[in-house]
Amino acid sequence: MALLDLDPKVVATARGLAARAAEPVVSIAKAHTTVAVERATLRLAGITGADSTHRAGDVPWVNRVIDTVREQCGLEHGVVLPAFQALKEHNLGSLTELAEATAAGQIQFKIPTGKELTAARKAATSAVAKGLKTVDRNRVQRDKLVAKWGDPAQRPWIYLIVATGDIDEDVVQAQNAARAGADIIAVIRSTGQSLLDYVPEGATHHGFAGTYATQENFRIMRAALDDVSKEVGRYVRLTNYASGLCMPEIAVLAGLQRLDMMLNDSMYGILFRDINPIRTFVDQRFSRQVHARAGIIINTGEDNYLTTADAVDAAHTVTVSQLLNEHFAHEAGLPDHLLGLGHAFEINPRVPDSFRLELAHALLARELFPDAPLKWMPPTKHMTGDVFNGYLLDGFFNLAGVLTGQSILLVGMMTEAVVTPFLSDRDLALQNVRYVLNAAGSLAEDFRPAPDGLIVKRAHQVLGEAVDLLERIVDDGLLNAIADGTFGLMKRPADKGKGADGVIEKAEAYFNPASDMLEAQA
Amino acid sequence: MSRYVRPYGDTTGDGMVQTSFTLPIPFGPKADGAAQQLANKMGMDPAMVVHSHPIGDDFTFFVVYGSVKHIVDMDDVKVVEREYPLLTPSEVNTTLKKVLRRKLVVVGGCIGTDAHTVGIDAILNIKGFAGEKGLEYYRELKVVNLGAQVSVPELVRSARAEKADAVLISQVVTQRDAHILNTQEMSAAFREAMGDKRPLLVAGGPRFDPLMAGELGVDRVFSRGTTPGEVASYLVHAMQEKKGVAA
Repeated sequence: MALLDLDPKVVATARGLAARAAEPVVSIAKAHTTVAVERATLRLAGITGADSTHRAGDVPWVNRVIDTVREQCGLEHGVVLPAFQALKEHNLGSLTELAEATAAGQIQFKIPTGKELTAARKAATSAVAKGLKTVDRNRVQRDKLVAKWGDPAQRPWIYLIVATGDIDEDVVQAQNAARAGADIIAVIRSTGQSLLDYVPEGATHHGFAGTYATQENFRIMRAALDDVSKEVGRYVRLTNYASGLCMPEIAVLAGLQRLDMMLNDSMYGILFRDINPIRTFVDQRFSRQVHARAGIIINTGEDNYLTTADAVDAAHTVTVSQLLNEHFAHEAGLPDHLLGLGHAFEINPRVPDSFRLELAHALLARELFPDAPLKWMPPTKHMTGDVFNGYLLDGFFNLAGVLTGQSILLVGMMTEAVVTPFLSDRDLALQNVRYVLNAAGSLAEDFRPAPDGLIVKRAHQVLGEAVDLLERIVDDGLLNAIADGTFGLMKRPADKGKGADGVIEKAEAYFNPASDMLEAQA
Repeated sequence: MSRYVRPYGDTTGDGMVQTSFTLPIPFGPKADGAAQQLANKMGMDPAMVVHSHPIGDDFTFFVVYGSVKHIVDMDDVKVVEREYPLLTPSEVNTTLKKVLRRKLVVVGGCIGTDAHTVGIDAILNIKGFAGEKGLEYYRELKVVNLGAQVSVPELVRSARAEKADAVLISQVVTQRDAHILNTQEMSAAFREAMGDKRPLLVAGGPRFDPLMAGELGVDRVFSRGTTPGEVASYLVHAMQEKKGVAA
């Protein structure tokens, strides 16, 4: 039930502006491909493994093939045509064999024409369709398991992070966390993986402050969570990160290994990782199409704005980003129930009425996106190492979450900014959540902010500021706004940033069966 | 301040402290006894296990209050002082504004064949490291991140073109002492190209020893675990020194 009495006309205006701001970017995304989109396509078509004899260490086969195709005949027609043409010409059994032959220098790639073109199109389409079928099967399997073991008994769902660097240790921590009440396990990635232009291979045991996202690690963790789901009698979901330079590939791997949620923000990589804007928007669109197909809930990263800017002054940038993320997601075929739009409890606790302001911002998000599984993120910026104070702050964060009907609650740790949480810290944090849920889980029923009170007024003000900012972005153009430092203080010109050289304008005859099939679903 | 001090609970000299920990044993009277023994060995005597609860089947969490017998001799307290203070981002910004009256330009990258940008990105990217924002976050710093596999001539050219005040290079790969040789090549190139007008040279990487600055020909070496705030604070300190000498 609506408590803020938002003007539907203003809300519609905001959505209309977000759509207009996004439109030129969507056109650019449609007109380009990237090395990562092409690699993701080949992964759907079945390529696996890595070249372990390369002097630079393990180079995934998919990278070898893409790099060679690009060198020899360019990628503007897509990778599948030259790849499947060569497969047939050399009578090879699989893409992996093709990769080996490529590495041995035996393959000369070319763009096929005539009959060869028809044959390559057909072979590529059937290979990619097979990959998508696995994704479809996983989606059905998830639905089945959820029906069998059940969803969490309560909202919000409880989201916990593990990050040991070693997938085997992660399994122990994740299973214990699930037994202690976690509904969602997120495996944090190793520092800097987002800037690797390849996906590492195999099970990994040495990450920096996190564990590498690899297909094998995904498989191991999903299997471990299936085991513990059965034990605790509810389907425990698995989260990872489809972000950075390999966003589309990681989305595909998530679909192939039945991950359930992926962090996936439309602008995070640009602003916080200095990844090229065009690269990001192209990769973003493809990865979201894959998520839509796989039934994966995306988590957007609006919390990041509040850690770099003041959470009161920048509150409206969160709303703007949520509206843009919503539009880009809808455009890529994601329905509302897969939109885990993010926001966070980051107002300085010394600000008078800080809790009331938090309630206003959280309620605004709730009422703007009534059908989205909103992700509510805990305080980090004002966690000082005083763990006692931090525990109290997390309690208020939990209370704001239940009071405003948030859907996914990332459990706050009192050790934030101190150490990686101890076993006991996680246990205490879960006790905190359980106490609040038990004591006040239904308090929303009695919660009616005064119609002319601070909460309602503040929500209206933030929405108004968001509309103003969206107007400026529409006038300016989203890419220019990003270049000028409108978001999170960072200036990111459209022709700069990492991965820019991996963006390719599509030729008239560009062919990608994955894009065609994913486009058709939307 | 008296020379000898003990922790203060509610009475001078009572030595009272509070601590909590987890033992990998099942909850029960024996676990409480174990916690008591540990507290005693930690110097808490008497120690009171005021709370315990199980975490799963195999662990127990304890809260313990007690009096420690230790005494602190303030004359023996030696604090290792960094030669520069750690500043907050806003302190960095205001100081730079005052000292330079323009933005401080930082050019960074990984030199040689090293493609591991983890280190340089942790320091430069706004995302940062260990809960601290990277140098890009600082309003009074202009950061140019050249990324991976930057050649030394390219680095010198960029530093000159950007009028860099400081050049940060990162080296992760250490095969055949590549990190040392690359860094020496870099510092020699800057000396040759720019002489005394060269920018401040800072090298970072997990296998560097901070004492190696002289050998490497750089002004400062940062090792494993360095945070962006430490680097920013150092840059401010170095700029102040430089200005001081010039003035």
